[in-house]
Amino acid sequence: MKVLCGIGGSDDSFRALDRTVDRAAVANDDLTIAVVDNEDSSVSPDEVVERAEAAADEAEIDAEVRRVEGDPGSRLVEIAETEGFEEIVLGGGHTSPMGKITIGPIAEFVLLNAKTSVTLVR
Amino acid sequence: MSDRGYPDAVADEFPPPPTAFTDREDREIEIRPYEGDDETREALVEMYDAFDPADRAQGIPPGGEDRIREWLSAILAGDCYNVIAWCGDEVAGHATLVPDGDAYELAIFVHQEYQRAGIGTHLIRGLLGHGQANGVEKVWLTVERWNRAAVSLYKKIGFETSDAESFELEMGLRLHAADDEDADPDPDDGGE
Repeated sequence: MKVLCGIGGSDDSFRALDRTVDRAAVANDDLTIAVVDNEDSSVSPDEVVERAEAAADEAEIDAEVRRVEGDPGSRLVEIAETEGFEEIVLGGGHTSPMGKITIGPIAEFVLLNAKTSVTLVR
Repeated sequence: MSDRGYPDAVADEFPPPPTAFTDREDREIEIRPYEGDDETREALVEMYDAFDPADRAQGIPPGGEDRIREWLSAILAGDCYNVIAWCGDEVAGHATLVPDGDAYELAIFVHQEYQRAGIGTHLIRGLLGHGQANGVEKVWLTVERWNRAAVSLYKKIGFETSDAESFELEMGLRLHAADDEDADPDPDDGGE
């Protein structure tokens, strides 16, 4: 399957990265990892790119890691549409001290606007 | 999730528990703080194990006894404030304040059998009274915007919406004035 995994450096985005890479290794997915701007993230985009490349190397898969600038949600939807991706994978949300799950604005936008299936990794 | 907003005005004084009242179904309900005893913890596990999954909010309470125990051990910890509504020796509802930096996150659950009887209002007032008595300054919560009963309860209590941009509404309440003059009053009332 042709999979687009969008990550911005939040904890849940790294969880999504690890799972998507593991799955790609088993299922032979054609994986592209898009590193987007997440203003809520404390990790710099360069560092996120490094983590993504390291994860792909470790799983011995040939994934493309791409830096995507601009509004993250709309850019992901646009890339998925123009390049024929079949699925968008994102982090599954932030967990509050109480244990409540909150979905961030990037996931909200993608969920409501994507024409592909969207997976939120928990 | 930083820079939460809180009302400038301090909320009313809430009655610290223990309190007692008769609910709209003529049941005697007592509101008491959780004192850390195992018996109460087991009664809470029982309530959450019987909790209707349709009334879950943003993933809590979790399903299954193991997950319930794991979740409770986090929110019944010594740095949290917990208040329980009892009907005899059965838990009718539970409300909690969990520390989050200089504020506390609030959640409240009333078992299906005890809903729509006025217990939620007494329970949340009891929790806020308990928090106020212990010096809690700021409280925030999130609520699914379609949960109109909960939203109107929070508004009635004095919570004000601080973020309405996502699926969930975020609301805040100030229980005490800040100790010091706020170094960064953050008068940002424009959109972001």
